[in-house]
Amino acid sequence: MTKYIGKVWRVGDDIDTDLIIAARYLNDASEEFLKMHCLEDVIPDFIGKIQKGDILVAGKNFGCGSSREHAPVAIKAAGISCVIAQSFARIFYRNAINIGLPIVTASEAVWGISTGDNVEVDVNQGYIYNVTTGEEYETETFPPFIQEIIKAGNLLNYVKGRVKFND
Amino acid sequence: MIMGMTITEKILAAHAGVETVQAGDLINAKVDIVLSNDITGPPAINEFRKLGAIKVFDKERVVMIPDHFSPAKDIKSAEQCKAIRDFAKEQDLTHYYEVGQMGIEHCLLPEMGIVGPGDLVIGADSHTVTYGALGAFSTGVGSTDAAAAMATGEVWLRVPETIKVILKGKPKNPWVVGKDVILALIGKIGVDGARYQALEFTGEGLEQLSMDSRFSIANMAIEAGAKNGIMAFDEKTRDYVKGRVKKPYIFYQSDPDAKYAEVIEMDLSTLKPQVAFPHIPSNTRDIDNVGDVAIDQVVIGSCTNGRMEDMRTAAKVLKGKKVHPYLRLIVIPGTQAIYQECIKEGIVDIIINAGGVFSTPTCGPCLGGYMGILAKGERAVSTTNRNFVGRMGDPESEVYLASPAIAAATAIQGKISSPEEVR
Ligand code: SF4
Repeated sequence: MTKYIGKVWRVGDDIDTDLIIAARYLNDASEEFLKMHCLEDVIPDFIGKIQKGDILVAGKNFGCGSSREHAPVAIKAAGISCVIAQSFARIFYRNAINIGLPIVTASEAVWGISTGDNVEVDVNQGYIYNVTTGEEYETETFPPFIQEIIKAGNLLNYVKGRVKFND
Repeated sequence: MIMGMTITEKILAAHAGVETVQAGDLINAKVDIVLSNDITGPPAINEFRKLGAIKVFDKERVVMIPDHFSPAKDIKSAEQCKAIRDFAKEQDLTHYYEVGQMGIEHCLLPEMGIVGPGDLVIGADSHTVTYGALGAFSTGVGSTDAAAAMATGEVWLRVPETIKVILKGKPKNPWVVGKDVILALIGKIGVDGARYQALEFTGEGLEQLSMDSRFSIANMAIEAGAKNGIMAFDEKTRDYVKGRVKKPYIFYQSDPDAKYAEVIEMDLSTLKPQVAFPHIPSNTRDIDNVGDVAIDQVVIGSCTNGRMEDMRTAAKVLKGKKVHPYLRLIVIPGTQAIYQECIKEGIVDIIINAGGVFSTPTCGPCLGGYMGILAKGERAVSTTNRNFVGRMGDPESEVYLASPAIAAATAIQGKISSPEEVR
């Protein structure tokens, strides 16, 4: 799937991995547990409020901090269909692609979008359409190699398709 | 004509099996070491199994260290520690270290000589960047990347542009260490100032700094968003790795005509001890400008400042002094070897006589795990690397980052202080 339509949750700059999922919850790596605490110090009762398919829109340097893959896993498990940000921290960017959480970098778009807006994102065509305001924005597209991973669904499927293991 | 390359580009080219690479290239590279811990290891093992892999690509190169919530702080953590212990047993991993031998991973790996100059290391921990101090390319990844590398011995990487940081002069302030250099740099360029890029440190100022200080600098490259932090080598680097690193290693240096995205100069002679105020490491101030900030807890330790130099500095400031009433001082050495040396040198006695606690190695409070969690409204000075909201406890607590000298002085004074204020 390359097109996502949903209601927006808007957060600010430098949302770090401790804010996405605090270390106090890292003694359990299960999706069911992690999603319950996703972004709870940013948006109180986030998990009680969001609906499956909602879209997260952030400022710059989203996901900075630790390498915990628990962060994109928590976001995906919470039901967020796609994350749009002005920029992503490096390890978060990798992790999101590797686990199959769709992410989009779009500098301008971020400013014009507010919590509650309905937006349409097309990852392949490279655009975001804000249904609520009628504005449309271009997004960055992925380099071909990363598109291959995305096409495979996640890094594991991609690697599986290329390597034979023997013991 | 072959274009000049940086240290980072040279290491990446060598591991991708090509003559030359350029910033922006996507490469598939062979890894020398894949690291994970008790938090990131269990998901990596799950992914490894999902991949259908049976054996790790090389049992000497897959390293697992239980250090974050270990000795296990609760039942769930015990399960996570058990998961990597069982895997290490099953795969007969050479470098698995049990409680009693383990230390904070980024203190332990260089100390044991597991990482050497010129290596390519990926770790499912963002502070894997620490080994850049040895002239290795090392970077943090997630558990899935680690799993794929554990199975295949390879990783995909984008060759980063490099920012060159030239350290000039010699610190005039006797308390200035690597921690102050990196905090000042992050204060200057911001937490995304080096996003996706390599930070390369060089200059006569670097030569003045000890290896322990250099590890602190490389360690916090990630707090500027960098992919890796890397350093030019000198006699100190050679002395450090001699006798430790048993496998062959290569010291790479950047070509004079290597391309840099940016060059930043920093003068160490005017640098003052730094304090990063909440809630972001770039919120730095000179120690002279901190004002009156009352503190409830001081933590000295972590992969940033849990090494011998840090312990000695803390002891120097605390010797014969008492910790401020109602303040908790928690000192945590990075490894068992450092712990033992602290006993031998009388450092443990000094800390205990001052009224502090001296723990065995663990990450513990650094990430708000255990061993010193903050209550609502409490403030800590910590020698660790992150002061994000809720990092060490309640979301309404505060963390101030500083060097061991500032931390120790603060423990005595009860408010953020410089050792010069201690009498
Ligand atoms: S000491 Fe802190 S920063 Fe370092 S590895 Fe442990 S938790 Fe991470």
